[in-house]
Amino acid sequence: MDATLLSGDAVVIDARDVQSRVEAVPDPELPWVTISDLGVLRSTHIALGRAVVEVTPTWSGCPAMDAIRESIRLVLGEAGFTPEQMEINTTFSPAWTTDDITDAGRRKLAQAGIAPPRRPAEQPLGETLCPRCQSTGVRQVSEFGSTPCKALMVCRSCLEPFDRFKEL
Amino acid sequence: MAVTETSGLLTENPSAPRDSALFRYVLYQADDNLVLAQRMSAWISRAHDLEEDIALANIALDLLGRARMLLEYAGKLEGKCRTEDELAMFRSEREYTNLLLVEQPNGDFAYTMVRQFFFDAYQLGLWKALADSKDTTLAAIAGKALKEARYHLRHSSGWLVRLGDGTRESHRRTRQAVEELWRFVPEMFESEETCDRLAEAEVAVSPSQLRPAWIRRVRDTFSSAGLQIPGDRFSRSGGRSGFHTEHLGYLLAEMQWMQRSYPGMQW
Repeated sequence: MDATLLSGDAVVIDARDVQSRVEAVPDPELPWVTISDLGVLRSTHIALGRAVVEVTPTWSGCPAMDAIRESIRLVLGEAGFTPEQMEINTTFSPAWTTDDITDAGRRKLAQAGIAPPRRPAEQPLGETLCPRCQSTGVRQVSEFGSTPCKALMVCRSCLEPFDRFKEL
Repeated sequence: MAVTETSGLLTENPSAPRDSALFRYVLYQADDNLVLAQRMSAWISRAHDLEEDIALANIALDLLGRARMLLEYAGKLEGKCRTEDELAMFRSEREYTNLLLVEQPNGDFAYTMVRQFFFDAYQLGLWKALADSKDTTLAAIAGKALKEARYHLRHSSGWLVRLGDGTRESHRRTRQAVEELWRFVPEMFESEETCDRLAEAEVAVSPSQLRPAWIRRVRDTFSSAGLQIPGDRFSRSGGRSGFHTEHLGYLLAEMQWMQRSYPGMQW
């Protein structure tokens, strides 16, 4: 794809720059990870002065999706696109899975005290470690947590409660 | 026009294309999820502990999200430019097509959990089957719903065992809920024209096909919970054709009040 393209009213738009700005849109609930880290961003196409972005929801009821679409519109607006030149599509297939979270995303989650989901999501291998003391002696308090994607855990070693990103 | 409105009732033109049948079918699933989401939301701040309160809110949110995806798709199929909000807020009781089970009042926690367990076990089988639908949008929604349904069923079946095999009081209340709600079970598996027609085209699943796996799931959980499957009894149905128990009207009145009073209002 060309690095620079002319839009209708001759504003120079750098497609790669726009793409990286869209990729950097943060998740509103977990602002230290981006929608690209989470695999929520499926594609960004910049062509003929139009931006077409495809996203996929994590959990179907996740209220963050509306905020994410809004943030993408904001970023595209800053890059010079008018609302008519933006298209944000939502796709459900293939269904999002926690396996779509990148390695960088997993590291960022762990650094923020959230145990990343195990892989593969269908039949998770390995154990959940306490993100603070790395102990395997952890207990699940509830499979439902502060957001649809997380479970409440507690560590038996350091006694700290923590969130776990649950496999989906 | 594929679907026409006659005296506030959705009736189907028999010669209408598949879209109109599919519209109805998608609406069935949307209404089941929307009505139960509304019921479950009423638990927020009323559960017996914080973790359970959060769990019920999360499940309500999943059901609502599912309903939104389905309503949006239903709106497209109908081809009258109705949005998800219009379908949710401006249809009357007689136009709602949900199963009678999901509109039943919350009762006590045992009653809510038995209702949820019956529904979760049903949804798991339904989405599993619909994931192979020849309709790609429905299959995509099903693929997504199926993963979440596993979490829901684990939650409600866990409670069934804890309550059924708990104290004498929790057992008594759970057994009573099973006895009372059982009359709404046959409706889930009742043969229905729209479903059966679409099932032939491999777009939908025939309700009766879902019954054996459902019974198996319920029997497994009941055996750990010390509960008995009730015998055959008088049963109620009619939800799919808009004939509801008196409870749905009150639920819709509360849910739709704001939009009915201030149409098109936004936060």
